[in-house]
Amino acid sequence: MDAPLTAGPACLIFTGMSEYVDQIETGESVGLVEKKFFTFGEEAPLVLESGRSLGSVTLAYETCGTLNKDKTNAILVCHALTGDSHVAGFYDENDPKPGWWDLMVGPGKPIDTNKYFVICSNVVGGCMGSTGPADENPETGRPFGASFPVVTIGDMVRAQRRLVDSFGIDILLAVVGGSVGGMQVLEWSVRYPHRVHAAIPLATTTKHSAQAIAFNEVARQAIMADPKWNRGDYYESGRPEHGLAVARMVGHITYLSDESMRHKFDRRLQDRVELSFDFEADFQVESYLRYQGNKFVDRFDANSFLYLTKAADYFNIENQYGDGSLVAAFSRASCRYLVVSFTSDWLYPTYQSKTMVKAMKKNSLDVSFCEIEAPWGHDAFLLPNTRLSDLLSGFLNKICRHCGIGGAA
Amino acid sequence: MRFDLQVIASWIEPGSRVLDLGCRTGSLLAHLTEEKAILGTGIEIDEQAAGEAIAKGLSVIHGDIYEEIEDYPDNAFDYVILSQALMQVLEPEALIREMLRVGRLGVVSFPNFTHYKNRLQMFFTGRAPLSKELPYEWYNTPNIRVIPIIDFRRFCKHVGVPIVKEVAISTHHHDEQGKVITLLPNLFATFGIFMLGQGR
Repeated sequence: MDAPLTAGPACLIFTGMSEYVDQIETGESVGLVEKKFFTFGEEAPLVLESGRSLGSVTLAYETCGTLNKDKTNAILVCHALTGDSHVAGFYDENDPKPGWWDLMVGPGKPIDTNKYFVICSNVVGGCMGSTGPADENPETGRPFGASFPVVTIGDMVRAQRRLVDSFGIDILLAVVGGSVGGMQVLEWSVRYPHRVHAAIPLATTTKHSAQAIAFNEVARQAIMADPKWNRGDYYESGRPEHGLAVARMVGHITYLSDESMRHKFDRRLQDRVELSFDFEADFQVESYLRYQGNKFVDRFDANSFLYLTKAADYFNIENQYGDGSLVAAFSRASCRYLVVSFTSDWLYPTYQSKTMVKAMKKNSLDVSFCEIEAPWGHDAFLLPNTRLSDLLSGFLNKICRHCGIGGAA
Repeated sequence: MRFDLQVIASWIEPGSRVLDLGCRTGSLLAHLTEEKAILGTGIEIDEQAAGEAIAKGLSVIHGDIYEEIEDYPDNAFDYVILSQALMQVLEPEALIREMLRVGRLGVVSFPNFTHYKNRLQMFFTGRAPLSKELPYEWYNTPNIRVIPIIDFRRFCKHVGVPIVKEVAISTHHHDEQGKVITLLPNLFATFGIFMLGQGR
């Protein structure tokens, strides 16, 4: 969206995922953006990998920048587990915070909206405007709830492809994303190898470790153990807020690191000078997690959380595309890769990025890899980092040169 | 660009596939990409240097050369370059064999330990030589090997690695200029540069 700048030259945001850093200077903003909706599948339903199908699918999406005449400057940004289409900019003049990756997407930023046309859509199964379990099931007239079909990362990407098609874009200049967004990036690169010039998977993995599945299962159990969950049928009776808040608290711990928690909280007490000897939130870290959990409940649907974590757990590129071999899976790919991991990310540790880089190298694919020293844990990809910014802008410039894309559209 | 890198660059055929081990910020790869349209890849263990190289638009893997080189298929490259790193290599024979597995040709450069100034220093002062090419004391040097040019030749013969081409140069480490030494290189050259082949 090419709206004029209204938010002033500099703005502050609260980070989307962990809100670890309270305020971030994000620099010049892309300005006003608008959430739009794309609906497909009425004639040709989306057949999901589970075998079930969705007759009508809506994707909420936002765009920034301008698509050039040849439609060669489009970059698809994929959001993480609980993110949304609001990648950058503001919805209106009074909007207190910009999109979740405003520090990376905007004029003069690494994903430069003066040069690139940026698309970001909310995933299928989500609750930020795209079709998900909170939507009405046309067959029953009631919300899907737990009768919503299980969706996969592949299903999300296939839906995104329909959106990309609707713009008339044959080849994306790049697909970029971190965490579960990075899984979508990897999926794009092997599912539609001829439709992406470059892929940038950040802080991600080709398959969840047992540890990652374990944390997701604890989070899901927290929701399902809440009596209000009611087997997913709670839209009239009242939402399982407590279960969802606990699920968020669990997830949140996995996004941080021992060092970052020690730095931010250590064992400091919250609003007291001595221990309470009851079950109040004595420690700052407890109070912080409770706050994050409660805040999350306001914006997120518990059933969506179940579906999206399941999709992340099911993701397994080597089984899906390589019959158990990651090298065989990446033999389908042909794009250029930039893979980035962070030293303190224990949710998707560096060895998982190295495993994908190894498989790419064995296929003689053009790949760059950097493990960035950062103490902030998995969340590091959402935080200001000069190294990450330089890597992204330099890599994208190279892709532009290879694709013969000049300056502004 | 360093004079030894200029010599190496002059050996590289246009359009070839090049792997640079320990590429630092990628000045050789950038030069070869610009001038000879090579398809280049670098491996660099230092995050800062690797990051700068990637930000220049080069394809670089941040990692350890011994581990990273293993992943490439046989003959994935036309040239594999190891410039001024051999002195720090724990298992030179294994690495050179690996270089010649993934590349048709290997290029190796190193400071010549038996340069006459080093010899004079040892002879007259009785101390380990300290030079512009080898500027470290015994307690802080990253170099674990000292390599005279003639000993490197003997090594190649011993392990059966054919020397395709060699040149000896005299230069300052940071100098962008130098000259080729043809007379008694083991005495007068500061660096030796070798191109190695796969052999049998």
